Amino acid sequence: MSSAVSAPKASAPRRPSLWSRLPVVRQLRQSVGLQRGMLVAGLVVTAAFVLTAVFAPLLAPYGYSQLRDLDGAFGAQQSPSADHLLGTTVGGYDVLSRVIWGSQTAALVIVVAIVASIFLGILIGLVSGYFGGWIDRVLVVVCDAIYSFPSLLLAILAAIVISGGQSDLWGGILAAALSITVVFIPQYFRVVRSEVVRIKGEAFIDSARVIGTPHLRIMVRHVLRNSTRTLPLIVTLNASEAVLTLAGLGFLGFGIEPTAAAEWGYDLNKAIADVSSGIWWTALFPGLAIVLSVLGITLVGESLNDLADPRLRSRRLSKQVAGRVEQTSVAAPTVPGGVVTDELTLPGEASQLDTLEGEDRS
Amino acid sequence: MTAPTSTRTAADAGAVAVRIRDLAVSFATDAGAVRAVDGVDLTVRPGEVLAVVGESGSGKTVTAKTILGLLPENATARGAVVLANKAGTAEHDVVSLSASQLRRVRGTDVAMVFQEPSAALNPVYTVGWQIAEGLRAHGKVSKAEGRRRAIEILGRVGIPDPDERVDHYPHQFSGGQKQRIIIAMALVLDPGLIVADEPTTALDVTVQAEILDLLRRVRDEFGTAIVLITHNMGVVADLADTVAVMYQGKVVEQAPVGELFAAPQDDYTRRLLGSVPRIGEARARTAERAAARPAGWAEAEPVVAARGLEITYPGRFRTPGFRAVQGVDLTIRPGEVLGLVGESGSGKSTIGRAIAGLTKVTGGSLQVLGTEMHGVRPRELRPVRPRIGFVFQDPASSFNPLLTIADCVAEPLVVHGRARDVGAARARVDELLEAVQLPRAYGDRFPHELSGGQRQRVSLARALALDPELLVADEPTSALDVSVQARVLDLFAELQAELGFACLFISHDLAVVDLLADRIAVLYRGRLVEEGTGEQVLGSPSDPYTQRLLASLPVPDPVAQAARRVELERLRALD
Repeated sequence: MSSAVSAPKASAPRRPSLWSRLPVVRQLRQSVGLQRGMLVAGLVVTAAFVLTAVFAPLLAPYGYSQLRDLDGAFGAQQSPSADHLLGTTVGGYDVLSRVIWGSQTAALVIVVAIVASIFLGILIGLVSGYFGGWIDRVLVVVCDAIYSFPSLLLAILAAIVISGGQSDLWGGILAAALSITVVFIPQYFRVVRSEVVRIKGEAFIDSARVIGTPHLRIMVRHVLRNSTRTLPLIVTLNASEAVLTLAGLGFLGFGIEPTAAAEWGYDLNKAIADVSSGIWWTALFPGLAIVLSVLGITLVGESLNDLADPRLRSRRLSKQVAGRVEQTSVAAPTVPGGVVTDELTLPGEASQLDTLEGEDRS
Repeated sequence: MTAPTSTRTAADAGAVAVRIRDLAVSFATDAGAVRAVDGVDLTVRPGEVLAVVGESGSGKTVTAKTILGLLPENATARGAVVLANKAGTAEHDVVSLSASQLRRVRGTDVAMVFQEPSAALNPVYTVGWQIAEGLRAHGKVSKAEGRRRAIEILGRVGIPDPDERVDHYPHQFSGGQKQRIIIAMALVLDPGLIVADEPTTALDVTVQAEILDLLRRVRDEFGTAIVLITHNMGVVADLADTVAVMYQGKVVEQAPVGELFAAPQDDYTRRLLGSVPRIGEARARTAERAAARPAGWAEAEPVVAARGLEITYPGRFRTPGFRAVQGVDLTIRPGEVLGLVGESGSGKSTIGRAIAGLTKVTGGSLQVLGTEMHGVRPRELRPVRPRIGFVFQDPASSFNPLLTIADCVAEPLVVHGRARDVGAARARVDELLEAVQLPRAYGDRFPHELSGGQRQRVSLARALALDPELLVADEPTSALDVSVQARVLDLFAELQAELGFACLFISHDLAVVDLLADRIAVLYRGRLVEEGTGEQVLGSPSDPYTQRLLASLPVPDPVAQAARRVELERLRALD
């Protein structure tokens, strides 16, 4: 037996480093061709968005509510010039500065909205899916009811309830974020619940029940960790929706006061009249900022979705027949009483071959 | 129809339905290219049944799919698959055909029968429509004509009242009938070759025997050649004319069926045949065990005692529930192995789950280790749990994919406070892994890094972690290849002899149960129809169902199987 154990096969396969197992990083390494292009483009745009938000105070030439500098007032609706690279708005703000500062507001709303909704959504999804019964039915009906409302209407309602419609930076951010939260919780709930229901039927949950594992331990140790697979995808898609909802709220006049923070939706709203009078810069740049940030995040989300599904994931196709035949179960004769060295499959490849063979003997 | 890519005279190689030359197929996977088929040469003559056998991953399904040009997108093929039409007038090399040329060849020259009949039929169309669809795809056929031919072919594959049933939907047919319809769909264009990929694996033994009869008739009456992909040596012995044994992408041996079973040439073939369980093999071992029982053993308190056990699954919204088990009496005494056999839906798994407290008992009495399970509260069940071990059927899903093997095996120890954490349990875990003949180092691996057989070993280790008095094994080897199954069963028998736990061994395979069990109980539609030692139940069955079950089981020996077929005919005539 000792000789068999010391054989190279018995040594554990090298585990990929923690870095390469992180979500996104793992998918990036896995992707090829167009899918890789999409993911990289999305990551670049998203990174630019995040960096702009973080370094807004350094990048922006003026403050978000600055109307004048040492030379006097900026003046309203000035066309792009050396002083104001993207011109000024009808209210006399610098467009470039507002766009840059606006990314900070958007990023804050994304973070607050996701943090607020993800914990509650996962918790009720887990409880609802695991225990089932009437709690589950009630929660599903409530979430379906929330789905049936137009999300913007709900967000407006929440904004009015939380802050009376208008407020300062944090009040506005919280109002926007929490109103989005109301819409997001059902999404996390739905995704986590369906995963939990699927996992609850797997044999390893039964095997945990057979040995008498308490419910809490099953939920945390076995169910929760296995049901978070699709969360990175939902997070990215929700992030882009958060940006859109914030912009929508601002556009409708439920956003943040221009003196409290820069906000793209608000600027767009104020630029409506400019469009017909040939002043293009006040509407174009905030609009572009919204489109690019949403596009970047959505590209990342969609690529993650494609890469998560083995049927959608593209792989490098060889022109020639290549590769080696995988070792299957009965390579070497049995060693009487020894260890089974003849059953060896490499990680990942065994399941691949199984699906190809499509043999199910249940 | 199509311009033949190559025309050969019949004298070239005699009449041939399909000739595969030096076929190699590889797949692009996340881990790089993997070769599934490596230089395969095969020839099938018209009216011949070629069985391709091998374990999962040996490349037999990929070879078969290549004949129809059904390889997935990530596959690359090399070599030649020359397919002749039934008349032998045209030949095509499938590997180099374009998509539209392939479509014309499929159905007319070659057709396929799939493993899972329920999945291969479209649930929203009638079976008549689905049969006629094949006709419509290959030429203009009127509705009436399509229907007429569908009825004709349904009659020929043995569907009763075909002119009425042609308008029925797939869910109105049983599994065996669905497979007959799939075969009818394959036959309707009268192809020269049918590729049948595990056509009976999803079916019960008694139904399997009927489908094998039908396939034999297809060969004889339609003159169709059949490529039969299977892992079941009994099916091979029953139906095949020639056998090709595949291993790691290569054909290691090809011979007429009688020759192969009588005198296998290749080492791998010999091992494969050696690991097929046969009824009656373990009689001596069972007798030895029975003789070694201490006096008064039969009177000892049984580990499991069921009296009039009933289990009903609740119906939805006022519909009556489904009664899975009714009026079952059985006992398992300490250290005894009871084999429970039955077809799918017979309630055998339900009984196993009820004993482990996973399914509610709704009637009668079920005593497990002195605890009454009927109406038991979860709190009362807790002290019983550590005394029962459970081995699940599916090695793929019975482990939490995020925990290492050591974590999984240590879980029962930690939950029941025998160890503070995984680290403290590691010594015992290593001991258990060695008991199931796995290296200690495997404790640090993840479940997906192990093969199916290894995972079942770990499953056994986990079930035995708390030294249970009773082990429930629910089809522990039915997802494994024969060769792997043989070794897991050996290990199982060894551990049982050593540790002396009582065991309920559930399986649909009579031969497997006979190998391990002291006594065998046969379930049929939720009722216990026969119980006794292996010799009684399988040697001279008294119940007509058991007789039929036994006669339907194909034995891995073509000569003996021919004799059994006659016996099965006789039993059917009695019904």
